[in-house]
Amino acid sequence: MEENKVLENVSEEVAETTAPAEDLRGENLNDRVRVLSPGMMVAKRFFRSKLSMLGLVMLIALFLFSFLGPIFSPWADGGTPIKDETPGAPILSIKSFAYIDNEGNEIIAYEMNETIPSNNQFAELSSEHLLGTDNNGYDLFTNLMLGGRISLTIGFVVIIIETVIGVILGGLAGYFGGWVDNLVMRIVDIISCIPTLPIMLILSTTFTSLKIVDIRRLYYLMGVLTLIGWGGIARLVRGQILSLREQDFMLAAKCSGLSTSRKIFRHLLPNVMPQLIVSMTMGLGSIILMEATLGFLDLGAPLGTPTWGAMINAAANMTYLSGYPNFWIPPGICITLAILAFNFVGDGLRDAFDPKMKR
Amino acid sequence: MVKYVIKRLLLSIFILLGVSIILYALVRIMPVDFLRDKAVAIVGSSGADPDELYERLCEAYGLTDKTFVGLCKGYWGWLTNFVQGDFGDSWKYNQPVSEAIFKNMPISFGISFVSLILQLLIAIPLGIKCACNQYGKLDYFATVLTMIGISFPTFFLGSLLIKFFAIDLGWFEIGGLISSLPKDTSIFTKIVNVAWHLVLPMFLLTVLSIGAWLRYTRTNTLEVLNADYIRTARAKGLSENSVIYKHVFRNTLIPLVTLLAGTLPSLFSGAMITETIFDIPGIGNMAYQAMLVGDIPFIMTYNMFIAVLTVIGILLTDIMYAVVDPRVKLGE
Repeated sequence: MEENKVLENVSEEVAETTAPAEDLRGENLNDRVRVLSPGMMVAKRFFRSKLSMLGLVMLIALFLFSFLGPIFSPWADGGTPIKDETPGAPILSIKSFAYIDNEGNEIIAYEMNETIPSNNQFAELSSEHLLGTDNNGYDLFTNLMLGGRISLTIGFVVIIIETVIGVILGGLAGYFGGWVDNLVMRIVDIISCIPTLPIMLILSTTFTSLKIVDIRRLYYLMGVLTLIGWGGIARLVRGQILSLREQDFMLAAKCSGLSTSRKIFRHLLPNVMPQLIVSMTMGLGSIILMEATLGFLDLGAPLGTPTWGAMINAAANMTYLSGYPNFWIPPGICITLAILAFNFVGDGLRDAFDPKMKR
Repeated sequence: MVKYVIKRLLLSIFILLGVSIILYALVRIMPVDFLRDKAVAIVGSSGADPDELYERLCEAYGLTDKTFVGLCKGYWGWLTNFVQGDFGDSWKYNQPVSEAIFKNMPISFGISFVSLILQLLIAIPLGIKCACNQYGKLDYFATVLTMIGISFPTFFLGSLLIKFFAIDLGWFEIGGLISSLPKDTSIFTKIVNVAWHLVLPMFLLTVLSIGAWLRYTRTNTLEVLNADYIRTARAKGLSENSVIYKHVFRNTLIPLVTLLAGTLPSLFSGAMITETIFDIPGIGNMAYQAMLVGDIPFIMTYNMFIAVLTVIGILLTDIMYAVVDPRVKLGE
């Protein structure tokens, strides 16, 4: 199948570049024809699509923003944010007293209290604090950049572990069939019927009552997400391997007496790679979404830790929702952009890997 | 076919058993003690020892034994009750779980159902239009829109809607289903008021799920457009309208029916995040509240309910697949 694809593509290229046939005479064919490997074909198709390029650019921008950005920020020391400890804007609190004086007039008196907070909290947007400061005097723009570090990397960790588990178990199930296949697939059936968000909620409350409320809670939850998330990948790998192992090149591999592990890792897995890469890219977006959802429901990292999910938690609070849009709109935009970018790239990769796509 | 369905049903029972074991284990190791809080609340200021009452409550609910054997016994007890249709009493809502769920399900179902109809009404014509002008302006626009719809987190779009349309502009009411109206309000005003509350949540649900339908319709239509019978239809001189609206449209619907059968069960489970944001008393929101306090009977029933719906959804999809396409033979 793979070989056919190459031949087809090469002949297509030949047809493209050798249109005036008479010019060919007396020249070396290799000068006129560019031979493209399948990988190059995929890359060519990928880079030709505008949306996938847009996604790639967005991803690079987000990564630069969160990994290089904090270096230039005065409010971050390496990976930790720094509090702005200059006294902030005075907070006015007004109390009203209504009373009726001796002559029966209603009088309302006001008591005004001015307190000056020790940290520069709830600062307005300024050149010093591009997005203002949060309720503890941390710079929101710096937090946003630092938040990307955790939110973007956590997805990679989860998806890589999920893929490793999925490939191993799905590969075993597809290759050996029989009771191995039955066992693995029944486990996959069960874990794919478990409602993810409710499970996350239950576990998160469990961790909270075990007094695990800092960033570790998020890490544990992501661990659980990995444990129940590999089913899709296992199913995909198994399906592919089931159809691949019946093909002639596998018979050839068997005849040449290759070892089982070599047959699986050298001959079967590379053929599954395209689908695997696409589903990994798409999966990255959904993990970022899950982290953000947990954060919004106040079940992931706590408010104040720099992750996008924790920052968007502010939107669950009516005061912040209406009064401080600078708390939650920027992380929301970042999350949306990241998911959008992963989807664009994944979509582009799927089209690029598809040999039937001619555009 | 009948044999296949029976086989699948047996398998489903096995799957549900597996899910229930995992769920029960998780819920039981959950150290959130609703009962302790309840005991403290009941004892209140009377000065009695809440621990004593707590022990009694635990015993009443069969939760004293935290060893493995105890867990197994508890699971068996729960399972026998569950199979007999006795879901227990919700601790948080102080009523039988089945009652609490079925009383609030119509709200969740109504919202999801109207939103699904809206999605189909917009997505199918638009999807066909896009496919007919592939790589056209509308197609590009719809693709980007779809992607945005798929990528936008529910809570973020929901928060934006609340912030701009409900708080800043004040166009819509939010929070619950109905505002506090005077007693003598006519039914018509009440209905309008409820509808006004539901505009934003329905908009949110529709926008976020329309992408998947749009995409599916588009891909299908493209496939149908390349089919031989469409070429035949064109060759015999039918007008383009007749080709699209009679031949293409009907054949596009076939796979959509399959997908629709798969989504039907999920209409009943409630949209947890949307309901929570807009504070709509649907079952999604109820389950969220119950999970935060550790209301074991409600959590177990709700999650099993979702698992059952998922299993039914998958089964329905497979069966519909064979029903609409006679070439598919099930069970081979």
